[in-house]
Amino acid sequence: MQPGTLSTFLKRGAIWGFIVLELIFFSVAGEFLSLSEKAFMDFDNMLLLFKQSAPIGIIAMGMTVIMINGNIDLSVGATYAICAIVLLDAMSWPVFAGLGDAVIPVAWLLALLTGVALGALNGLIVWKTGVDAFIVTLGSMLGYRGLVFMYNGEQPTSHLNWTLVDFAEAQFLWLHTATWFLLIVTAVIWFLMNRTVHGRNAYAIGDNREAAVNAGIRVGPHMMINFMIIGFLAALSAVVFYSESGSVNPNDGELYELWVITAVVLGGTKLAGGAGSIVSTFGGVLAIQLLRKGLAHIGADTSTVNLVIGLILIAVLFLDRQLNVKGKEELKI
Amino acid sequence: MTDDTPALRLEGIVKTFPGVRALDGVSFSVMPGEVHALMGENGAGKSTLMKVLGGIHQPDAGKIIVGERPVVMSGPLEAKAKGIVFIHQELSLAEELTVAENIYLGELPRKRFGLVDWDRLYARTDAILKKLKVSFDARTRVGDLSIANQQMVEIARALTVEAKAVIFDEPTASLTDAEKVVLFDVIADLQSAGVGIIYISHRMEEIFKITDRISVLRDGQYRGTLDTAETTEEEVTQLMIGRSLDLSRNVSHHTLGDVALEVRGLSCGPLFQEIDFEVRSGEVVGFYGLVGAGRTEIAETLFGLRDPSAGSILLDGAEVRINSPADAIALGISLVPEDRKGQGLVLGMNCRDNMTLPQVDDLTAGPFVAEGSEVAIFDQYRDKLDIRTPGWKQLVGNLSGGNQQKIVIGKWLSMHPRVLIVDEPTRGIDVGSKSEIHNLIRDLAAQGYAVIVISSEMPEVLHVSDRIVAMYSGRIMRTFTSDEVTEDNLIQAISGIRSTGRVA
Amino acid sequence: MTSVTKTQIGGFLARQGILVAFALFIIGFTLANQRFLDPDNILGVVRSSAILGVMALGVTFVVISGNLDLSVGSMMSFSTIVVLDLHDKLGPTLAIPAMFAMTLCLGAFIGFLVGYLKLNSLIVTLGMLSAIHGLTLTYSGGQNMDIADKAGTWFSVFGQGEALGIPVPILIFLLLAAVLGTILARTPFGRKVYAVGGNGTAATFSGIRRARVVFACYLMSAFCVATAGLIQASRSLGSQNTVGQGLELEVLAAVILGGASLLGGSGTIFKTVIGVLILGFIQNGLLLVGLQFYVQYVVTWVIIILAVWLDVAAKRGKLLSPIA
Repeated sequence: MQPGTLSTFLKRGAIWGFIVLELIFFSVAGEFLSLSEKAFMDFDNMLLLFKQSAPIGIIAMGMTVIMINGNIDLSVGATYAICAIVLLDAMSWPVFAGLGDAVIPVAWLLALLTGVALGALNGLIVWKTGVDAFIVTLGSMLGYRGLVFMYNGEQPTSHLNWTLVDFAEAQFLWLHTATWFLLIVTAVIWFLMNRTVHGRNAYAIGDNREAAVNAGIRVGPHMMINFMIIGFLAALSAVVFYSESGSVNPNDGELYELWVITAVVLGGTKLAGGAGSIVSTFGGVLAIQLLRKGLAHIGADTSTVNLVIGLILIAVLFLDRQLNVKGKEELKI
Repeated sequence: MTDDTPALRLEGIVKTFPGVRALDGVSFSVMPGEVHALMGENGAGKSTLMKVLGGIHQPDAGKIIVGERPVVMSGPLEAKAKGIVFIHQELSLAEELTVAENIYLGELPRKRFGLVDWDRLYARTDAILKKLKVSFDARTRVGDLSIANQQMVEIARALTVEAKAVIFDEPTASLTDAEKVVLFDVIADLQSAGVGIIYISHRMEEIFKITDRISVLRDGQYRGTLDTAETTEEEVTQLMIGRSLDLSRNVSHHTLGDVALEVRGLSCGPLFQEIDFEVRSGEVVGFYGLVGAGRTEIAETLFGLRDPSAGSILLDGAEVRINSPADAIALGISLVPEDRKGQGLVLGMNCRDNMTLPQVDDLTAGPFVAEGSEVAIFDQYRDKLDIRTPGWKQLVGNLSGGNQQKIVIGKWLSMHPRVLIVDEPTRGIDVGSKSEIHNLIRDLAAQGYAVIVISSEMPEVLHVSDRIVAMYSGRIMRTFTSDEVTEDNLIQAISGIRSTGRVA
Repeated sequence: MTSVTKTQIGGFLARQGILVAFALFIIGFTLANQRFLDPDNILGVVRSSAILGVMALGVTFVVISGNLDLSVGSMMSFSTIVVLDLHDKLGPTLAIPAMFAMTLCLGAFIGFLVGYLKLNSLIVTLGMLSAIHGLTLTYSGGQNMDIADKAGTWFSVFGQGEALGIPVPILIFLLLAAVLGTILARTPFGRKVYAVGGNGTAATFSGIRRARVVFACYLMSAFCVATAGLIQASRSLGSQNTVGQGLELEVLAAVILGGASLLGGSGTIFKTVIGVLILGFIQNGLLLVGLQFYVQYVVTWVIIILAVWLDVAAKRGKLLSPIA
């Protein structure tokens, strides 16, 4: 075994160990504290957990790509809201009146295109101005949210299409539609990052940008593609969620960036870029959802969930640091 | 193409930046199978020339001719496709990726739909690694390799294409002697395959060992080409700086004072063990050894940046505990660190603020910083050290390397330390400023400072030191006085060979 | 020579660009609505910017020292809720110091994590954003907090009072800006903040106790947040749990707009005040010409990107980035 393998193994496995701990804790604690008669690890409950993980999870896959690439995207929540509005509103546009249920794929397409376009705009600004992605997306987080409000004021946008709701609530091989979307996205993004030239170059750029430039990798287009991917996934997440709910408030998706980044960091993606795993992000997403559900199961309210998730995020950071300390003789800077 | 056609020829290359003529009509050529050294002080235009060659800068005038065809380089990938390969001085690797991915960075073999062809990638990489006789394989993560092995990965990149010319930029900076031998074998192989090699280095002994011809740049101008076999170090140096350089052995001995610093049995984990030495005031002690021998780590321990696992440090005969640089400074120990830009200076701050940084707490008038006394300190050391800057408001990032180093030295002199530790005082500094700094170090000792000089350059250590401590792999092998030391016994000591002859 | 002149013009535009843009805005809004430059309106703008401004002063320290603080919004909610609750339990004289002490404890905790344990400040303060929000909800039991006797308390002076004809929040903001500006620009501590943010390693190698400096910056930030919470509580005498939600990003926007680099080592209190006022005047101007508050979001977006773009463009001497 080569040096470093053990700690890598520990880190790769950590998120799954954490999930197992959560399951055990909530199952045991649930026996004593839960108000409901149902066991925590009930089959339907777990299916629901997967389904509820989907909106954050789908975006988290995109965020992993962005962060591996060495950037960050704070605007995903606003993008999510805009795409939701486009989706629901487009279905009642007079142009499409004659389409019947065929309006559904058209609305989906429009929403997804909106997401890709907003992502591309972020990517283009990061690429061409050279301004840090944190600032660019901090700005567009405000700007895109402004667009959401400009679209329909402070009113909610609603449109319920029963065909759509049936589709979104369908279960195939026990799993819900949303879960299938999450699984497919995870698989596709895993494939993209591990098997394609684009994915490997994205790792290289995040790891050592100078080296990538020297090797003739065109950094700009790769970053832009990745921003388009996260825009697409934010839109997809909106499509999956709002197909079922049918109504979007202009504040929807607020703080999503925080949840998503938390999931990605829990999954062990390096903030500086260059390292991160799609499968671990999947674990991070499940861990967070499990925590939310578990705490609710044992009777804790939202406040405890917020408190616990915040502290766990910090604890993970601390543990990661401790695992990487080289020894007592390390330089004290 | 005959053997008389150069593998690569540059003709009258001109490159100007706003206000600077960085390259002024540079021409030279590399024959197939030739190792051609390119030398010059920092700022002479070597790196600009390489950037023009690599397509990162476009020349304002002049031609690049590969084989018999003039070419226009639009970027590093195109240069590589035309057979011009760069081995960079600073490691240019992505640590999280595998060796294979790094070697083929930017040109991973593809299958359909943009997929990576892993089989082809690993097979090709392993073939190259076999030639280099290294101990790791294509799937190893680069971050798990030693620095020297990472350098070998960098070198392996040169073997991925049918190179016409390979440019090595200071390739031996982090290699051990054994690894250098492998590198020189690789160069010899490339040479016999008819590849032209451009070899950039400051190390004269290497240049004279492996190169056929030497071309020299000064101030962006081509200064001539010499046949290595028919020239001397003096001649090359003279061409580089326009005058000859005093690199004699230190002969001046002034009277030494009491022991200022004494170290007994100092150890720090695997970094260094059982270090004993002493430095008297008025004395310069040189620490010489290979990179990684533990010299810098000793300095960092003395400066409170590392916790020793055993041993004691005595200042003026009294044992002290040093837990932080603040402690060390309070006790009168100063460290001019190895990495000037990373550790020595805040590049975005002005000259004055950098110089007074360690004592800013003491330079106060009421609750405020006394800017008047700060300027006074700056002026004093600017004159004393001959720092050339338009004024104290200049950001240090805009100064030349030599002047930056003088700011760092001034910063620590103004603290009036008992013990001054100087780590690689002239790294990355041009030849002219080097001798100024050497003289400065001798002067400081004459004024009664106890000085430790850590250096990887033998002439420097020989030139400035009263005594020389030779280190190998975390241990002191031998201590020489300036009378006993010879280049041979010093090299033996730092290579881990116990001297068999006379022991002083 | 021409290229030098061009660079100089570019440099001037970049350095003063934000002021030029600001001036254009003011001229434009004044033409559109005469009331814009009315003294009452100006006082109104500064007054409504005071809370954001006070928080931005503290965050300026954190950003110059090379870190981020995303927790100020939820910390401000915490301060507001706590001081309102304690007002009725302890009386205002004790409630205020007690609230300051509790908020400073939170700041000290963050400062300990980022300074002494050297954890990444983005993630730590992101975690604290969530954790402090949870803490506030637990504290208030999810209820809105109101002072029982709204008419009979002197507590309202911080948010609603006036002295010398100037609203107290403005006085607090300007006084704090003057004090903190002086600390940053003229004291050894201020110098060390710049050194730590400019090059933390070099600062350590110069004997500066970096952890201590970072810790102190977060204390500064917490102090400013507590002050902002005080003004907020005093102004409304009642509050929701989420009163500060999202403010962290507006605060950061103001600091960046003022020209502080997120990499640390640059920025001043004066520039931050300018950044705060620009945000305030844009918001006000857009409202005066009859546009909804959310148009302000879009305008702020454009302005932030342009401001930072001009800044980096001036540093590299080229408008577009050299990224291939």
